[in-house]
Amino acid sequence: MLGEAGIFVAFEENSRQITENAATFGWDLPALEKEKLFFLDARMSPDMVMSGGFDLNGMLASIVSKAEEIGATRVVFDSIDVLLTLLDDPVAKRRELYRIRDWLSETGLTGIMTLRASNDTKYIEDYGFMQFMADCVIVLNHSLVDHVSLRGARIAKYRGSQFSENEFPMIIGPRGIEIAKMDLSEPDYEVFTERVSTGVERLDAMLNGGYLRGSSILITGAPGTAKSSLAGTFIEAACKRAEKALYVSFDESANEIIRNMTSINIHLLPYVRSGILRMYSARTESRSAEEHLINIRKVIEEQQPGCMVVDPLSAMVKAGGHITALGVAQRLIHLAKSKGMTLLCTSLLEFRGEPFSEATEIRISTVADTWINLSYIAKGGERNRALSIVKSRGTRHSNQVREMILSDEGITLADVYTAGGEVLMGTLRWEREKAERRAEEQRQMDAERKRIELELADSEINARIQSLKRELEANRTELKRLSVDEAAYERDETQRLADLQGLRRAD
Amino acid sequence: MNCENGSIALKLYVASGTPNSVLALRNLQTIIDDFLQGHHTLEIIDVFKEPSRAIADGILVTPSLVKLSPPPRISIIGNLSDREAVLVALDLGEPR
Repeated sequence: MLGEAGIFVAFEENSRQITENAATFGWDLPALEKEKLFFLDARMSPDMVMSGGFDLNGMLASIVSKAEEIGATRVVFDSIDVLLTLLDDPVAKRRELYRIRDWLSETGLTGIMTLRASNDTKYIEDYGFMQFMADCVIVLNHSLVDHVSLRGARIAKYRGSQFSENEFPMIIGPRGIEIAKMDLSEPDYEVFTERVSTGVERLDAMLNGGYLRGSSILITGAPGTAKSSLAGTFIEAACKRAEKALYVSFDESANEIIRNMTSINIHLLPYVRSGILRMYSARTESRSAEEHLINIRKVIEEQQPGCMVVDPLSAMVKAGGHITALGVAQRLIHLAKSKGMTLLCTSLLEFRGEPFSEATEIRISTVADTWINLSYIAKGGERNRALSIVKSRGTRHSNQVREMILSDEGITLADVYTAGGEVLMGTLRWEREKAERRAEEQRQMDAERKRIELELADSEINARIQSLKRELEANRTELKRLSVDEAAYERDETQRLADLQGLRRAD
Repeated sequence: MNCENGSIALKLYVASGTPNSVLALRNLQTIIDDFLQGHHTLEIIDVFKEPSRAIADGILVTPSLVKLSPPPRISIIGNLSDREAVLVALDLGEPR
């Protein structure tokens, strides 16, 4: 691959089988075989007869000549144990392996030997020393955890080189072998202070404006506590901002999710059609957690979302071993952070006392920035959904347990009613609400009555004012008339006296 | 017995000088002396001298003894110290 030629000595499969198998991974071995690769079919014929000891001198000599011919620098002995089992004597096996090692260092070839590992004593007797002999030992592990196949690779030793000693998950896929390497560098991400809406107005308020962009959110809860619904509002909010989004679901098809969300007034379909939202659903059991991660990463690269939901992350726990799933969850979070994506994961929280309740979840939750727990609170003969923010890094958040209500109009958080130090929910809340409403009505009615009384008094006073005004006016008119009369009288009197004087002819 | 009907063609691949190969040559010689006595052809190939031939013939370990004819082709690996196994494989009977 690096332009170096190599020889592949196959003790178990013939070259055609290997070529065909490799082709399924997209490796074009026939093209390589023409110049750079030589397959040596070293299978033992089934009717071959063993008689006494043998050694690998001949094979090694042959390989050297072939290596010189094609300029090979690398050689692989695949399943060398198949050949060596023919040697009954562990000392002879060891001798031949040392012969290969010495031969490699003499010829300057780089050699890989593969052999089966097991823990039985026969193996340890025969090949245990290999670990000490070889310069680099890679242990490959294949195990079944909960019926899911898991591969792992671990570097057991590597002389003269630093290496990471942990076992890393390994996947064989169409793009070849992928080792899920842990990033050993210090995390260094771009951080944001921007808030993205949770899609629930009152939850935004509780979180001081929403989730932090680029943070990871974990929503835990028992089945049916509306984890997905909160994921839905978050995604819908992103779509409404015309921000690209990705919804990864397990064991639930995109159509089902869209339909279910519609019942609580979350409409995703238009966004799926316009390409703003990408729904990706996977079957849990079909793959290991690692394979899921690789597929999700591919979808992320295609969609380049700003907001992403994994619903539920705990499905990955089902997919082969908690430890692996956690590693995957952590790497998913790192991947999201490195891309500045806001990642919301839901996780099923089993009831306490169940095998994997606390420890697993808490370990995911240490990586998550915001952790919202949804639960049922059973009290007064009913179950109500309760939401509490367990933690939210970098956010001044509400510490109150709130009741979450799902309806045709969507999700909302109910007003808080506390009684005796407890938040009231459901009917209790409803009763309290009703009581308060009644009290309010009473108060309003009282006020109304008072108002009417006052108005009545007011209008009475007004009426009195009016009548007094009228009285006053009458008085004034009277007064006026009196003065007019008086003037007229005087005038008349003067006239009369004048007339009288005229009549009497007085002076 | 086959050897009575005709000759037997053998090839022995050795890595000259190595203990197993030396032993194989010696063991084969006694078998030939005891059973074949001229009813055979034997070619000895030293892989150190002709490495490409062994690969071409599908021979990996040394020493290896191959019976080419009569058919079926049989290969025996090892230093031939398990004489019984060699005799059974080559279908050889009682010594003459």
